[in-house]
Amino acid sequence: MAKYVIVGASAASIGAVEAIRKVDPVGAIMVISEETCAQYSRPMISDLVSGKADIQKMKCRTDEFWKENNAVARLGKKVVSLNLTDKTVSLEDGEKVVYEKLLLATGGKPFVPKMEGQDKDGVFTFTNISDAQHLAAKIDSIHAKSAVVIGAGLIGISVTEALVKRGLKVTVVELQEKILSLLLDGKASDIVEDVIRKAGVNFATGQSVQKILGKPENDGAVGGVILTKGDQVPCDLVIVAIGVIPRTELVAGTAVKINRGIVVDNFMQTNVPDVYASGDVAEAFDFILNQNRLLPLWPLAVLEGRIAGYNMAGTKTSYEGGTNMSSLKYFGIPIVSIGLANPKEDPTLEVLVKQDAEHNVYKKLVLKNNVIVGMTLVNCIERAGVLFYLMKNAINVKKIKQQLLSDDFGLATLPVSLQRKMCVVQ
Amino acid sequence: MKKIIAKQEACMGCGLCEVYCTVQHSKSKDIVKAYNSEHPKPISRIRREVNKPVSFAIQCRHCQDAPCVTACLSGAMQKNEKTGEVTHDKDKCMGCWTCVMVCPYGALIMDKEGKVVAKCDLCQGLEEPACVANCPNQALVFKEVKA
Repeated sequence: MAKYVIVGASAASIGAVEAIRKVDPVGAIMVISEETCAQYSRPMISDLVSGKADIQKMKCRTDEFWKENNAVARLGKKVVSLNLTDKTVSLEDGEKVVYEKLLLATGGKPFVPKMEGQDKDGVFTFTNISDAQHLAAKIDSIHAKSAVVIGAGLIGISVTEALVKRGLKVTVVELQEKILSLLLDGKASDIVEDVIRKAGVNFATGQSVQKILGKPENDGAVGGVILTKGDQVPCDLVIVAIGVIPRTELVAGTAVKINRGIVVDNFMQTNVPDVYASGDVAEAFDFILNQNRLLPLWPLAVLEGRIAGYNMAGTKTSYEGGTNMSSLKYFGIPIVSIGLANPKEDPTLEVLVKQDAEHNVYKKLVLKNNVIVGMTLVNCIERAGVLFYLMKNAINVKKIKQQLLSDDFGLATLPVSLQRKMCVVQ
Repeated sequence: MKKIIAKQEACMGCGLCEVYCTVQHSKSKDIVKAYNSEHPKPISRIRREVNKPVSFAIQCRHCQDAPCVTACLSGAMQKNEKTGEVTHDKDKCMGCWTCVMVCPYGALIMDKEGKVVAKCDLCQGLEEPACVANCPNQALVFKEVKA
């Protein structure tokens, strides 16, 4: 038994362990994860494929992290069921662990649509380190020359860059008309697409893969795809990178309420006492949309886990909320997108845009009642954090509106009262 | 902990803090070599903020609950609980710019050449950080403040 049992050992789990130990140095913590090496950074798996990082570099906490935090890490163990009445979790090998407080940090799993031929050798998903290792090994073993990446979101673009670095010819297939459509508006998307095309990548947007073909000499191995518009693209590999869906299997059929993910309150607690959820599996608060939703993002998972940890250990702490927020480094064109990046026409929203086509720079702010509710910065992200501060704290920007997108916008632009509050000057 | 505090009324916006920060973080520690011949190019971790007549210099605030540490995807950014310093391990940094996105001070500098972040390290080993020691108008002071 353990006072705190945490299922999962990635971002949310790490955040929770750190928080618990800040307020409860002794209560027994048990972390259970299917993965054998858990404390690595998932967003870095593309760096593993490109060769930029090895496993040691990918570890976002030290090898002694669990030990240093006096947590028992049961790695390579799978939790198969929960008993919320007896307050136990059951492992695959039959062992039962009693908990006082339970955190479900099971994360997400790749969404894979049904496609003919999807079982062929050479089809990969791209979510965890094992996916990345298998992909990297396959590239080497078959001397892969080309790949089709399905999905032009964050994961799709990251794996595309890694494959390009490995010398593969990549075609990205995206169901939406524009790439990175959850992060960028049409104009920004076009700028980024152009940059990536110049790196040799092909895009097939507005369609999906209807069939994965075999090789003429070996039908069991990936040889190409047929797109929904009928085009055929030869390739050695197919990477499905559409997105992740919450791993809610453990709580299916239990009293824990699930919407798309596990429903939690602002204390990261589920509807069942002593059961918490955080990270990609949970629907946490979005302070821009003012509602709970799935936001499968690493930094938010750490924060949510931390909130869960504090509350599990008895220090009541409310989650301020996150929002859709990503920073991208790929293909040498840095991007930050936060909140409403591409809202529908709405008379209550004011949109400020500044573009410098020659330098691939695009800056856009979306304001509501003089408060920033969305921002997109392409190839000019240095002041992103200052703008995010204004957004997060719902600061009225009416008086500095004209300067927000100027090249010299910075802390000196802010009202003196705010500068003092932020303690940047005396 | 001791932090670098800017006195806005004393700052002339001359930018010498940036020059001395750059030199301090160069390999040669020589101003001519640092600016003319070093590769990778050393970069300043302090930034002049100017909105005339206002000017002041800003660098990492070594926040108590640092957003960059929480957000860091790779574990490169850490809070040293003993010294209070927010440290950055260049070798662990993956250059994802997530810290840049969340730093309220815009104090994390993108080293585009090295594809990693650069930040103020309080000039470890020096009695006073280079920016403070070389500010001609004492617009930067290094003093004990509450966390």
